[in-house]
Amino acid sequence: MPRAHLALIAALLAAVAVSIFSDKIDPYFLDVLTSIGINIILAVSLNLVNGHTGQFSLGHAGFMSIGAYLSGCVTVFLGPKLFGDAGGTALTQNVLFFFALLAGGLSAALAGLVVGIPSLRLKGDYLALVTLGFGEIIRVVFQNIDAVGGALGFIGLPPYTNFAWTYGAVALTVFVVVCLVNSTYGRGFLATHDDEIASEAIGLNTTRYKITAFVVAAFFAGIAGGLYGHYKLSIDPRGFDFMRSIEIVVMVILGGMGNTVGVILAAILLTLLPEGLRSAADLTGLQQLRSLSEYRMLIYSFLLIVLMLARPQGLFNFRFGKARV
Amino acid sequence: MTEFLQQLLNGLSLGAIYALIALGYTMVYGVLRFINFAHSDVFMVGAFVGYFVGQHLPHSTVWGSLVILATAMLACALLGMLIERLAYRRLRGAPTLNVLITAIGVSLLLESTGQAVFGAEPRTFPGVFPVKNLTLGPLVISSSQLLVIGVAAALLVALQFIVFRTRIGTAMRAVSLNPKAAQLVGINNDRVISFTFALGSALAGAGGVLYALNYPSIDPLMGVMPGLKAFVAAILGGIGNIPGAALGGLILGTVETFVSGSQFSTYKDAIAFGVLILILLFRPAGLLGKFTVEKV
Repeated sequence: MPRAHLALIAALLAAVAVSIFSDKIDPYFLDVLTSIGINIILAVSLNLVNGHTGQFSLGHAGFMSIGAYLSGCVTVFLGPKLFGDAGGTALTQNVLFFFALLAGGLSAALAGLVVGIPSLRLKGDYLALVTLGFGEIIRVVFQNIDAVGGALGFIGLPPYTNFAWTYGAVALTVFVVVCLVNSTYGRGFLATHDDEIASEAIGLNTTRYKITAFVVAAFFAGIAGGLYGHYKLSIDPRGFDFMRSIEIVVMVILGGMGNTVGVILAAILLTLLPEGLRSAADLTGLQQLRSLSEYRMLIYSFLLIVLMLARPQGLFNFRFGKARV
Repeated sequence: MTEFLQQLLNGLSLGAIYALIALGYTMVYGVLRFINFAHSDVFMVGAFVGYFVGQHLPHSTVWGSLVILATAMLACALLGMLIERLAYRRLRGAPTLNVLITAIGVSLLLESTGQAVFGAEPRTFPGVFPVKNLTLGPLVISSSQLLVIGVAAALLVALQFIVFRTRIGTAMRAVSLNPKAAQLVGINNDRVISFTFALGSALAGAGGVLYALNYPSIDPLMGVMPGLKAFVAAILGGIGNIPGAALGGLILGTVETFVSGSQFSTYKDAIAFGVLILILLFRPAGLLGKFTVEKV
């Protein structure tokens, strides 16, 4: 068995093992860990599009919201019908959750296909705008569907997300993205990134590579959305706005586009930053630190500009010389 | 019929504003081949400059309105040049993705600075412009709508004059056609690009004031939606094409107004997006644009 597969299985087992002892872990700490896991899934999957393939998507939160709503629909509407109000035994709950996440991922992937086909035939700039528009539209659509709570948000999701599911999904995402990029097929992503015209000249169908990357990324964003919904237990459509997408983009850029390890580090760092500032404010009594986390966006945007001007390969990209930018 | 004409008028006045913003996108795209995401926030800054200047001016006077328009345009022109100088100039020749990310960064920086400085709550734009309602038969025409259309038309004519009848305009077209060749015949590309930013941003500033005149509630994120729609308008007309941007703006504004007057009004923001997808699928070069093959 290849090493990557062994690593995946080991990671999945470790996730389940930790999850068994999760009631021994401090709940606040567990909360932060779950947030980190979800952000890692989002950042690593977006990295496939924005990093490896060299396109630019600004609507990752939109796909996340599709996953959250669809998987929420499965557990809230379908679950009680199949297994009674409590969702049956632990086993049936987990089976249900598996299919809910799958439904969320697949529907997000389908949306990715619909959005991707027209916009990916053209240059990256267009994709950025189309995905930005898509993210806003999908929010408007969910706000207008009363069956899922409309503008008030979708409430009453069962608390199915736990450590095992979150980090199992993290392991799966990292595994799929890394194996995909390092496969023979995956070289096409990198070729598309490096030079689209040259890739087309040697006979690669760059549009297809771009769409594949986009759809896979949307799938994992949908799964992250499902996990998020069943962790927060309610879905606020406004929580998936443009700013959320930007947060994920900043993780990818900070980590170094196309550098999976860097992106994971950046996702951890950026999730911990507001928490760290908050607890630092409580510890030192300096309330300015707390307000600093409110100006997150200001810091992020400034970081984006400075990074692009001074260090376009990202903070955590330590490969000197031949940086893939 | 009356309703149709009334909606058409509303649509044209909205479209005129979209056209003003779209021109900035299309001109910058013409010379630099990238989408200036920050343009929609320059539009917002224009509205805020108008707001602060307007508080010190008497209400409902003609000269006051002119002062507001002029200061907003001037301030935005300076802002546009500043953005180009500090953020974009260092990235000439960098991969397009880096420029795009920088542009998004500048856009977010302006928005979040706006939120930090002005606060996120909407403010009411002062009624500096004289407002009268004219009735033409069954039609009700507000003077602010006429003003928007009139000012937009005047600015378009001025722009057409600058681009096609002046030295700097010729230089702009030369840079847009072929930057290297332009440099070879002695054009200072940086200066031309700076001027293009100033011109486009001034139009966005005017657009911001005019928009605030018709929709008098302004906030730091007000530029996002109009900016997105104006960009769609620029693509609809053919990006890089100045008359195309004006045409696209008018079409989009009219369509949007008719949709919001119909039973599908909640989806009015989705229209621009739908239009964008349709153009990208069927005519990516836009209505007036020429399809070009990219060469290595």
